[in-house]
Amino acid sequence: MTEYFDILANPSFWVAVLRIATPLILGTLGVLLCERAGVLNLGIEGIMVAGAFTGWLAVYSGAPLWGGVAVAALTGALLGGLHALLTVTLALSQHVSGLGITLLATALSYYGYRVSFPKVNTPPTVQPFQEMGWLGIPVLAQQTPLTLLALLLVPLIGYVLYRTPVGLAVRMVGENPQAAEGQGVSVAAVRSGAIVAGSALMGVAGAFLTLSAFNAFFFNMVNGRGWICVALVVFASWRPGKALLGALLFAFFDALQLRLQQSGDALLPYQMYLMLPYVLSIVALVLVARRASYPQALMKPYRKGER
Amino acid sequence: MRLEKRSQSSGLALLLAPVGAVLFTLLVSALLVWWAGAGVAQTYGLLLRGGFGSVFALSETFTRAIPLMLTGLAAAVAFRARLFNIGAEGQLYVGALAAVAVGGLHGGTGFDLPAPLLFGLMLLAAALAGALLLLGPALLKARLGVDEVVTTLLLNFIVLLLVSLMLDGPMKDPTAMGWPQSVALMGELELSKLVAQTRVHSGLLIAAALAVAVWVLMKYTVLGFDIRAVGANARAAAFAGVPVTRTVVLVAMLSGALAGLAGAIEVAGRTSYLTLDMSPGYGYSGIVIAMLAGLHPLGVVAASVFVAGVLVGADSMSRAIGVPTYIADVIVAASLISVLVATLLTQYRVRWK
Amino acid sequence: MSDPVLQLQHISKRFGTLLANDDISLTLGAGEVLALLGENGAGKSTLVSILFGHYTADAGNITVFGQPLPRGDPKAALAAGIGMVHQHFTLADNLSVLDNVILGSEPLWQLFTRRSAARARLQAVAQRFGLGVDPEALVGRLSVGERQRVEILKALYRGARILILDEPTAVLTPQESEALFAVLGQMVAQGLSIIFISHKLGEVLRVSQRIAVLRAGRLVAQAQAADTSQAQLALWMVGHAVEAPQRRPAQAVGSPVCVLDNVSTAPARERLLHASLSLHAGEIVAIAGVSGNGQVALAELLCGTRAASAGRVQLLGQPLPPHPAQLVPLGVARIPEDRHAVGLVGDLPVWENAVSERLRSPAFSRWGWVRRAAARAYADRIMRAFDVRGGGPLVPARALSGGNMQKLILGRALTRPKHSAPDSPSPGGAANPGVPCLIVAHQPTWGLDIGAVAYVQAQLIAARDAGAAVLLISDDLDEVLTLGDRVAVIHAGRLGPARPAADWQREAIGLAMAGITGIPDAAQEAHT
Repeated sequence: MTEYFDILANPSFWVAVLRIATPLILGTLGVLLCERAGVLNLGIEGIMVAGAFTGWLAVYSGAPLWGGVAVAALTGALLGGLHALLTVTLALSQHVSGLGITLLATALSYYGYRVSFPKVNTPPTVQPFQEMGWLGIPVLAQQTPLTLLALLLVPLIGYVLYRTPVGLAVRMVGENPQAAEGQGVSVAAVRSGAIVAGSALMGVAGAFLTLSAFNAFFFNMVNGRGWICVALVVFASWRPGKALLGALLFAFFDALQLRLQQSGDALLPYQMYLMLPYVLSIVALVLVARRASYPQALMKPYRKGER
Repeated sequence: MRLEKRSQSSGLALLLAPVGAVLFTLLVSALLVWWAGAGVAQTYGLLLRGGFGSVFALSETFTRAIPLMLTGLAAAVAFRARLFNIGAEGQLYVGALAAVAVGGLHGGTGFDLPAPLLFGLMLLAAALAGALLLLGPALLKARLGVDEVVTTLLLNFIVLLLVSLMLDGPMKDPTAMGWPQSVALMGELELSKLVAQTRVHSGLLIAAALAVAVWVLMKYTVLGFDIRAVGANARAAAFAGVPVTRTVVLVAMLSGALAGLAGAIEVAGRTSYLTLDMSPGYGYSGIVIAMLAGLHPLGVVAASVFVAGVLVGADSMSRAIGVPTYIADVIVAASLISVLVATLLTQYRVRWK
Repeated sequence: MSDPVLQLQHISKRFGTLLANDDISLTLGAGEVLALLGENGAGKSTLVSILFGHYTADAGNITVFGQPLPRGDPKAALAAGIGMVHQHFTLADNLSVLDNVILGSEPLWQLFTRRSAARARLQAVAQRFGLGVDPEALVGRLSVGERQRVEILKALYRGARILILDEPTAVLTPQESEALFAVLGQMVAQGLSIIFISHKLGEVLRVSQRIAVLRAGRLVAQAQAADTSQAQLALWMVGHAVEAPQRRPAQAVGSPVCVLDNVSTAPARERLLHASLSLHAGEIVAIAGVSGNGQVALAELLCGTRAASAGRVQLLGQPLPPHPAQLVPLGVARIPEDRHAVGLVGDLPVWENAVSERLRSPAFSRWGWVRRAAARAYADRIMRAFDVRGGGPLVPARALSGGNMQKLILGRALTRPKHSAPDSPSPGGAANPGVPCLIVAHQPTWGLDIGAVAYVQAQLIAARDAGAAVLLISDDLDEVLTLGDRVAVIHAGRLGPARPAADWQREAIGLAMAGITGIPDAAQEAHT
């Protein structure tokens, strides 16, 4: 029992929690935007890989770090645009389109990496984001700027969703697209916009992994984080504040299992600790299942003007 | 830009759509080949020959196609009922695990059974393991409305860790010099080769037979009707007296069993022992194959040979001229998207405002 | 008449092979109430959808207040002063009244929403027209009448000067309809011009000044309301003389087939509360009521898709089996309200839909295998007997027109396979073993043209005469009073006593539908 106390009392633990939470916050916010507009985006796993790769490649090729972040966001936006084309304009199955994009984006990224670095044994590295010592606040000061961005995005997206006309439009197209159309709002435009914006966030989430958490691109780097974000959105009832809470909670348990492995007092084989994040996600989904109030038009394709 | 429904869609268009889509994909992938600095014609030529150009190539392709056929069938069956089983990868591994566990019971542990019987038990255990793994998410969906896409996906990661755990511990082969792999199956439990000097094994016959069986099930049985009705309109199916929950459970068990068998047959036919990297994503490829085949069981056979040929051909091509093997994954994923769009275009016309 | 505020010229619209609007030209004057009359499928909704921009016309143009109207753009229509109150409300249940109303009224690039100003403006508009509503209420919690008010306020808030109302009284009690007409009067007094769509002749004569009649996509007649009559309108609507539907009284009412005794269902959007009813062979019991008062619960209860949480339901003396698969062999014929979502599986071929209810019976399956030849023959029989057209047994069911879908469902419900064991012995009175013992018909004629409506009604009457017990649930009060031998009113889940149709006054039914007259409880009904 004392080892738990030791772990929790150590500030570096909480630093790790925030660090682990950052890609989850960004990714979950991204999924949240898409789903609020009524579209399931299963491309997140692939978009995070692509964002991680292109952002890192840009920096490796000489761009500044924020330039790399911008490239990652752009990559995400482009892939989001493809998803919007398939699911909004062509009204194809959102499940299959998303999965197709995940497979495609992942394959393209791995291909691109291999073409760029055909014969390397150790992955080439870049100089990642530095800690923000100038901030002065404990725990936050040891984070990198992307974490700050993620934390600031939570209230920002909340404000946009609930207090601006465009946010209302996004919520409405996710609840009743006919109603939006009847008020002169273009469902296709709003949905596509939400998907592109959300996917850009997903790209940035990926870039965090290669430009902040680590400093190189590995295969299997994302390792299911994208799917965990999809689960977290349901857990968060599609609200940004609860999304932050969910991401932090999840990161808490993930950081805990890592520490337990490292402390050497591990009672269980390490694989069981590694399983914990995925098991928790499933548990979270089950817990909120009954009470989940989905955006009413989620996953229903909308074709304007069809009888 | 908007869509307008066509008044009639010709059957020929429906058949040609996948072909056109694949051709489009190859055109786009040519850009990637050019980026890698290789000649496009040379690359595709090597790819084609590597996958289909010789008896050896064909044998490799058919060997690779076997697990793909089974995971493709698993996806086709499940998707038909709108049960989005993305967990075939995990079900495959858990099936392989169960098969090796049962098959390894010969001799030492006292479970001394004649080989054919043990083989049958092995396959049964694999099917059961896969079925039970998918049953959980299916019930969660039916009872609590939990989306099965995320649960089956997450289970894949959990299963892989479980297999790693088993191979590090209880099921480790002590004679394998420290590599995490399971004890090898004895010779009698392996699937025999169909063609001498190649790796093609009789699992191909099992897979093909299962494809036909699934097709017959879907078309001619009451359960097949139930599955199609539930997938098309669950409310109307319930009204007509179809037992919806029971059907979803049966579909889940059938789909999981098929994926589990894929794992068992891979072990019994190709590798003879279980390792962590046994499946380079067969479960996910199965989904692509099912979609390419339009969820038709017999189409799955054709689509799996196609995808296997591309994967095998890419390996061979890559060894020759160095274009990364991932080009195959790009081609397969892009084919999926193109086929979806092409099929849509047979039913809808695009109108530019 | 002063300058017209709205001119439609030569509007045509085709959906695939269906010509929904054929060269229609209409004008609307200032301060005028124009009624658009036609039966279901005549093209009324299509025309106003084109006007509002939901659809784009293939040909023709529209002028609003002298300016040409851009096609296919609801935003332009709103800006031009056109507002639409849709038949099926376009409201988001999870959002508040205010949110639903202000959507689209502010430009999307604006950085903040002026909520308090919007709230004040909404209250002012509501006051002006007498439509009270709470801006912060969640729409999902409002009653149907209140939702319609929100739908109307949406248009008025945006400054509509031309208001289109699409079948607004379909979901209202007679008294609520009166209140709506009063509001319309207010609107005209304030300078609005109104297009009022309906298929109800009496209403149209009462409310409008001018009437335009559509039939099969064409404008066939226009007249001043003062100069015409219901009979003339009906003639224009249908194209030939229509006899007022005859009341055919029941001949021989037999013993009870289905008895509900103090039945309640679990709390849900619609539920039953202490409902008691007795259905006898050879009579039609019709349930009147505004949609949303528990009809769905009652229908689903007897169709086997909803369970009773309290009370007893008996069929032929035995407890009602809970599952559709068990109900059908007992001779229960079910016609659901929604043929697309519940009645048929659209993607499956017609023949599989025809046999879907009976697939598990020995007639059509053995050891889990479908007996295809028998099933195809059965489907062919149904399609011939009930004149189901649209491409044959192999086309997907969704390819059929609404009327043909309904005939297929009707045929499926009323037909029994040959050479199979007879359904449970019909109660005394029903000589013909081929007739179902109970027919549950929920909105069987909704959305059908007059020919199909007459066909369905004739089938129900014929089945009654052959000894079936028929439960008819319908929003259409005329249908209820014409077909019903006994009529009961449902309100808020409670079922009133089922009195002979001749004993009911229209006034009294309207009040009962609104829940104004007290509805006696189960004990009294049991003695009816």
